[in-house]
Amino acid sequence: MSLTTAAPPAAPPRPPRVARSRRRDTDPRQTPRWAIYVPLALYLLFTLVPFYWILLFAFRETGSTSLFPWPLTLDHFSTVWNGAGFSVFFRNSVVIAVLTVFFSTTIALAGGYALARFSFRGKGIFMLMMLFTQFIPGAMMLIPLFDIFRATFLINSLWSIVVAEAVFQLPLSLMLMAGFIRNIPIELEEAAWIDGCGRLRGFLATVLPLLRPGIVAISSFAFISAWNNFLFALMFLNSQEQFTVPVGLSYMLGEYSVDFGALAAGGVVAVVPVVLVFAYIQRYLVQGLSAGAVKG
Amino acid sequence: MAVLDAATSAGGVPTRRRRARRERWTPYLLIAPAGLLVAVFLIYPIGSVVYYSLYDYNVTKPWGNRFVGLDNYVTMAGDSLFWQSLVFTAQWVVVEVGLQLVFGLALALVINETFVGRAMARALVFAPWAVSGVLTTTIWLLIYNPTTGFGRYLADAGIGQYGTSPLAEPGSAFWAAVVAELWRGIPFFAILILADLQSISRDLYESAEVDGAGRLRRFWSITLPHLRNAIVISTLLRAVWEFNNVDLLYTLTGGGPGNATMTLPLYVARLAIDAKEFGYGSALTMAGFVILALFSVTYLWLVRVGKDQNA
Repeated sequence: MSLTTAAPPAAPPRPPRVARSRRRDTDPRQTPRWAIYVPLALYLLFTLVPFYWILLFAFRETGSTSLFPWPLTLDHFSTVWNGAGFSVFFRNSVVIAVLTVFFSTTIALAGGYALARFSFRGKGIFMLMMLFTQFIPGAMMLIPLFDIFRATFLINSLWSIVVAEAVFQLPLSLMLMAGFIRNIPIELEEAAWIDGCGRLRGFLATVLPLLRPGIVAISSFAFISAWNNFLFALMFLNSQEQFTVPVGLSYMLGEYSVDFGALAAGGVVAVVPVVLVFAYIQRYLVQGLSAGAVKG
Repeated sequence: MAVLDAATSAGGVPTRRRRARRERWTPYLLIAPAGLLVAVFLIYPIGSVVYYSLYDYNVTKPWGNRFVGLDNYVTMAGDSLFWQSLVFTAQWVVVEVGLQLVFGLALALVINETFVGRAMARALVFAPWAVSGVLTTTIWLLIYNPTTGFGRYLADAGIGQYGTSPLAEPGSAFWAAVVAELWRGIPFFAILILADLQSISRDLYESAEVDGAGRLRRFWSITLPHLRNAIVISTLLRAVWEFNNVDLLYTLTGGGPGNATMTLPLYVARLAIDAKEFGYGSALTMAGFVILALFSVTYLWLVRVGKDQNA
């Protein structure tokens, strides 16, 4: 390792930045710095202190009143993961979320393509129906869905949540998907048809690769919604081996003597997958929504 | 998909007429799975609610199930908790949506500026959007609880008394729930409004400035009119969403203290989950549907008005 480091190449002449920054200072359009940072700091405090509070209790030893997670401990995590059964709840939640994402996204892909690329009789009615379902409250569906699932022996099966969540997620996924597909020029597909591809092959070769960001965004919405679902899981699952993370958390909340360290650790376990997904999609969130169905 | 596959890759170039005939059915095949699922699990259940609302129906007491006509609706008309929950639902929706809109708009305007650390700040302030109702409860319960919350540390510093919780009194429980839900709800408005803000052309601001318009004038005459549709849509979507929002109140207050924070959907959820009173619950559900239908009509009407103005 006795290589001599080559001298770095001479830096290219920089554009004169002075002029630009001076223009900034005198530019009346520029909002004064304090008008951005003061409200932002206050709002960040409001957002982050609650997150900090749960981390504090999750990592701090029971009995400590320090405002820092000290003495540091991981005991609360082993309590919830092994003792309170969160390892099982976590697995159930993952199974439900993954299956929900798979079904709702696949079905939305097919339906969204039909809405974006075909005009057909009944299209308006179909879209109106999808729009109206957005107004159907989950809580109001508890009773009739319970009856359907009891008749089909899906009560206390993870499939009941998959079906219910996929159906509730479907209209939004479908509308967003149609919006994303509409944004892909149809000329690409037409070129593939001229080359002898059928609808399906043309779609797979030209549309699908370009649709990837849209599919990621839609899957992420479905994942977050399925992971967070509470009421359906509370109503349709009644043995502890089938519980999901939110249901497990709600039972801890309802106990008479709450172990706050374990509760906080359970909350941290519940939030980790959502935060990971969110960190990935948050950059696309604003663009995705402005490109998608929200603007009609 | 197998059907499609066979249809599109069947040998040779199809004649134009065959292709056209097949194409006619393709969209229906593609929307069939979505349409079937929505029909079976969303549309049919609404019909079955009408049917159940005419029955005395309790899953735990099957021997008592019978047709009772409009009895459930008569009970509802005389149920003071039903009327109280309606009033509270309206109060909850108006306060939540109003405050979320104001703070969300302000936040979007701030985040829309260029400044150092913008991407990081954006990610952090949007984060609560992805958090579930139960987790929001978990977090805010730790904050409100007299032994683990801010109250204890404030009391240590000589402010307030030990052992008080904002969730104990009806008035403060309402605001405690409002703040917790704001924490999770403001990012929704901020995200939607920011998406719309970014589509405003900078040229508009520049020419307004040339014409001598001040900052406030530019906001009033350019920004707000441009955001009008986004605000109408997001406000109504959120109003429906907050109307339906049960997770947070179910776990944070359970409708208490003394039913002071009971919304109509929460009332239905408690009847369904705790009491298993499906008959009366279905009648209340019908009331909820009627209210939401009125909401929906207003929504569609407003969206139409918005489109006319833009065209």
